[in-house]
Amino acid sequence: MRTIWTIARRELGAYFSSPVAYVFIVIFLLLTGFFTFMVGRFFERGSADLLTFFVWHPWLYLFLVPAVGMRLWSEELRLGTMELLFTMPVTTWQAILGKFLASWLFLLIALILTFPIVVTVEYLGHPDLGRILAGYGGSFLTAGAFLAITCMTSSLTRNQVVSFILSVVVCLFLILCSWPPVTDIVVNWAPAWLIDALANIGVMTHYEDFQRGVVDSRDLIFFFSAIVFFLFTTSVILRARRA
Amino acid sequence: MITVEKLTKSFGPKLAVDNISFSVAKGEVLGFLGPNGAGKSTSMRMITGFLSPSAGKVSVCGFDVVEQGLQSRSRLGYLPENAPMYSDMSVFGFLSFCAELRGLFGSTKARAIDRVVQLCSLQPVLFQSVDTLSKGYRHRTCLAQAIIHDPEVLILDEPTDGLDPNQKHEVRTLIREMGREKAIIFSTHILEEVEAACTRAIIIDRGKIVANGTPAELKCRAPLAGTIVVSLSGIGWQSVQPDLSTLSFLDKSELISESDSKTMFRLQPKGDLLPEVLTLAQKRKWRIDHLNVEEGRLDDVFRAITLPETEKASVE
Ligand SMILES: Nc1ncnc2c1ncn2[C@@H]1O[C@H](COP(=O)(O)OP(=O)(O)O)[C@@H](O)[C@H]1O
Ligand SMILES: [Mg+2]
Repeated sequence: MRTIWTIARRELGAYFSSPVAYVFIVIFLLLTGFFTFMVGRFFERGSADLLTFFVWHPWLYLFLVPAVGMRLWSEELRLGTMELLFTMPVTTWQAILGKFLASWLFLLIALILTFPIVVTVEYLGHPDLGRILAGYGGSFLTAGAFLAITCMTSSLTRNQVVSFILSVVVCLFLILCSWPPVTDIVVNWAPAWLIDALANIGVMTHYEDFQRGVVDSRDLIFFFSAIVFFLFTTSVILRARRA
Repeated sequence: MITVEKLTKSFGPKLAVDNISFSVAKGEVLGFLGPNGAGKSTSMRMITGFLSPSAGKVSVCGFDVVEQGLQSRSRLGYLPENAPMYSDMSVFGFLSFCAELRGLFGSTKARAIDRVVQLCSLQPVLFQSVDTLSKGYRHRTCLAQAIIHDPEVLILDEPTDGLDPNQKHEVRTLIREMGREKAIIFSTHILEEVEAACTRAIIIDRGKIVANGTPAELKCRAPLAGTIVVSLSGIGWQSVQPDLSTLSFLDKSELISESDSKTMFRLQPKGDLLPEVLTLAQKRKWRIDHLNVEEGRLDDVFRAITLPETEKASVE
């Protein structure tokens, strides 16, 4: 446990020791603001909820999460520090969890900094706080699932750009396979079981449940099993590299 | 403390390490010699548990590095080739991180860091970013990381690579001193280093161990070791030769150089030749300028053992 925390602290230190972290947070806040108020017409809707705020999150995460996570293992491979890390009394899982949790925590910090939006709706009307909390939960879990994917792709290559692109592709697939505009087209020719399967592995169906204020155990299981699956794949890749 | 049994590693069809066995006891400093690509780093990576062996067993302090990895890894310190470090950290931050992974916290950690900073003379760069260090400090910082928990076993992959002569000397002295109560393996391709710091050396070539012994033993295997080089003045090769043929322990004699006043030649012995030569010199009243029994140089041993057969022929 202590080892995981040591590794996580180092990763967080690495984020905040460079300006990239602050730039990232500012970009994240600007983009959420822009999409909520300009594109989503938050004020014109005149409704005291954060639907236009949350609806954009998976799309922002599509690029921002790979940007945050792409260095996790690629950098270790490039610098050769993996050799140092894995000859310490550290297990593969401790290292994976330490890195993953650090980046997830970083994303959580960025997400928490969007609180002025909550304050704004609170001031303008009487929003359903439980629903907003569920929304944040869904958003955080989506970020976690995307981050686990990025962990996996970054263990594949020492090149961060390649790791970024691979991760965006996988995340995009998970968004699109249950995104209504796509499923509407697919529905015309695909067999029902395929549509069902796609809707289940797609992020959007599960994400939207949270936005409606529903915390369903099936959605929780989906996100956690996605995280576990991709982190497990990461451990397999890392072990194979040392075989 | 380190036991390596029939260790083998193949990368696809390529055999990088081929069935090597040896052991290192406490108080021993084992030099790992070999040309580039011989498999030194690969062997060390398997001993430290970073790479898993294709076949064979390694144990460190009695713990199998595969089955009981955590126990064996916590007892060894490792300096990887090229001294990799996290580029965004300071020297202090890096050492502190490594100490914590080694299970050192609080005041124990502070003391451990103090000790290695002293040992490796890192005070001037303690708060400098690892990225901006000179190669000498970089290597020493990574070495400090390897000894921060005062391990029983140390594996150092080319610890003096890229250092200037003074720094090399310091690191060698450090290795020799630590070697008294630890088991150390270090790889190098600088042969004086072996004589300066090792109690034993292994020469490895194309994945196989081709020689294993103390530096003195290895030196005896030099092609010219034990030959006697004599330089005489006032006498020519023509007149020396007949006398030489009377020596019973002489295998071969060979002229090295001859000028008006000096003759220099090499005698290859097949027994206790030296007293015979001295008696002969006295009898003939040779004026000996110089007489030397060659010790044999590790360089020559190394070249003789590790050159591929084809190249050996062309060198001769
Ligand atoms: N990860 C790897 N994949 C494939 N071949 C490798 C790998 N690591 C080392 N080798 C090969 O194994 C051989 C031994 O390499 P190495 O142990 O680094 O040699 P040394 O350290 O003695 O110079 C080399 O021929 C090298 O090309
Ligand atoms: Mg090497």
